[in-house]
Amino acid sequence: MIRNMLIHSCLSARFCKCDPRIFEKERQMIEIKDLSKTFTLHNQGSVVIPVMEAAELSVAQGECVALTGASGAGKSTLMRMIYGNYLAAGGSIVVDGVDVVTAEPRDILALRREVLGYVSQFLRVVPRVPTLDVVAEPLLSVGADTEAARDRARDLLARLNIPERLWSLSPTSFSGGEQQRVNIARGFAHTYPAMLLDEPTASLDAANRETVLGLIEEAKARGAAIIGIFHDEAARDRVCDREIDVSVFTPGMAA
Amino acid sequence: MTPLLKVENISKFYGRRIGCKDVNFDLYPGEVMGIVGESGSGKSTLLNCLAGFLTPETGEVLFEMRDGAMRDTVTMSEPERRMLSRTDWAFVHQHARDGLRMNVSAGGNVGERLMAVGARHYGNIREEAIDWLGRVEISETRVDDRPTQFSGGMQQRLQIARNLVTGPRLVFMDEPTGGLDVSVQARLLDLLRGLVREMGLSAIIVTHDLAVVRLLADRLMVMKDGHVVETGLTDQVLDDPQHAYTQLLVSSVLQV
Repeated sequence: MIRNMLIHSCLSARFCKCDPRIFEKERQMIEIKDLSKTFTLHNQGSVVIPVMEAAELSVAQGECVALTGASGAGKSTLMRMIYGNYLAAGGSIVVDGVDVVTAEPRDILALRREVLGYVSQFLRVVPRVPTLDVVAEPLLSVGADTEAARDRARDLLARLNIPERLWSLSPTSFSGGEQQRVNIARGFAHTYPAMLLDEPTASLDAANRETVLGLIEEAKARGAAIIGIFHDEAARDRVCDREIDVSVFTPGMAA
Repeated sequence: MTPLLKVENISKFYGRRIGCKDVNFDLYPGEVMGIVGESGSGKSTLLNCLAGFLTPETGEVLFEMRDGAMRDTVTMSEPERRMLSRTDWAFVHQHARDGLRMNVSAGGNVGERLMAVGARHYGNIREEAIDWLGRVEISETRVDDRPTQFSGGMQQRLQIARNLVTGPRLVFMDEPTGGLDVSVQARLLDLLRGLVREMGLSAIIVTHDLAVVRLLADRLMVMKDGHVVETGLTDQVLDDPQHAYTQLLVSSVLQV
């Protein structure tokens, strides 16, 4: 029965590269090899700060991997590099066949649109756009039917306890917690085959935390490969299959 | 997919001063590219070379015509280029009065571009003009007013309607939100973003406002002293700038 619900929730199945019912658990969706990163601060004496070296990581379909390590070890940096937001100094990051390190901007944008979702901690939206449209937008941009996309958005907003009277308003005026939940709803609207989650359960109350963990479990069950940062240990233990301590990739921080 | 616009080695000099030098890029259908840089960096010079207002000393601007052939717009004849700028191209000026006819009604401003591509039926032209005024959130009751009676934000929206009514494939924008106050800017940006998405437009936006490009542009080109110093995905260039000048530019923005 759960399966049926999942198939139903994958409303844009034709846009998913993975069929929600059958996926090979073995297929590597995200493969990172020999990845390195430096920051050069040209305006502060041209200091070069190496922040990552020889990072390796593979995530299969249906698998959830937690990034761990002390603050400053490079968890968010690694995640931003996978999303193409930070530029790698060397190595490769192949997501569903596309090497993010060398891909053209338009290929990265297509990857982000169709394959790779990212739930950051902060909502960044265009002023004036109603919450319902903010959440439905990722589906519309992969060509989903407007009403189907809005239905999915309504469903997610309701599950995340955003009162219906707020749906027609822009989330810019919402409280921090509400914005975070709108951001999560938006991040889960399209059934991405790969997802990056940056502290998705941080500062949520018990009921909403449970909903988010449920969404993550559903995504795993339909075959999504997930990389997450979770400071909430109980959440991490529940949804993650393994942990990677990124401090082993940090020059000068390896034990 | 083939590029809509291929820019190869464009250079423009003002006497011995460099306007812009050796600029190369491809723009694909549906792509929005931002060009940022300080005043005098050559970004407007480049835009004017691309749009045919200035003739570059070197280089080619190849545009994919409706028949699929790539034509160099620098060397094409003036009538041909004028036809392009009335049909497939649009140019949104920073100052709306440069792109509008100030003594003609709002409806006339929009209708004129339609007539330039052959529309003749008054009723249809007026209807289409009213439809477009609605899309840019100008009330039907203002259709017979002149732009001189409009606020700055309304004039800018009217200019956008006038430009987009003929369904162009490539839109050049020079500081489209410059000189407007922030609440008006937000509305305009939201509108532009919606229209670009809806019509599948390709656009090149010149601005010095990094927030504008973050919202509108897929990719970014950073210019300094006439040279392109950095290019890439918009959020990557803004969040992890590589060039010294881009780092300075990004770190100079005041946080609100």
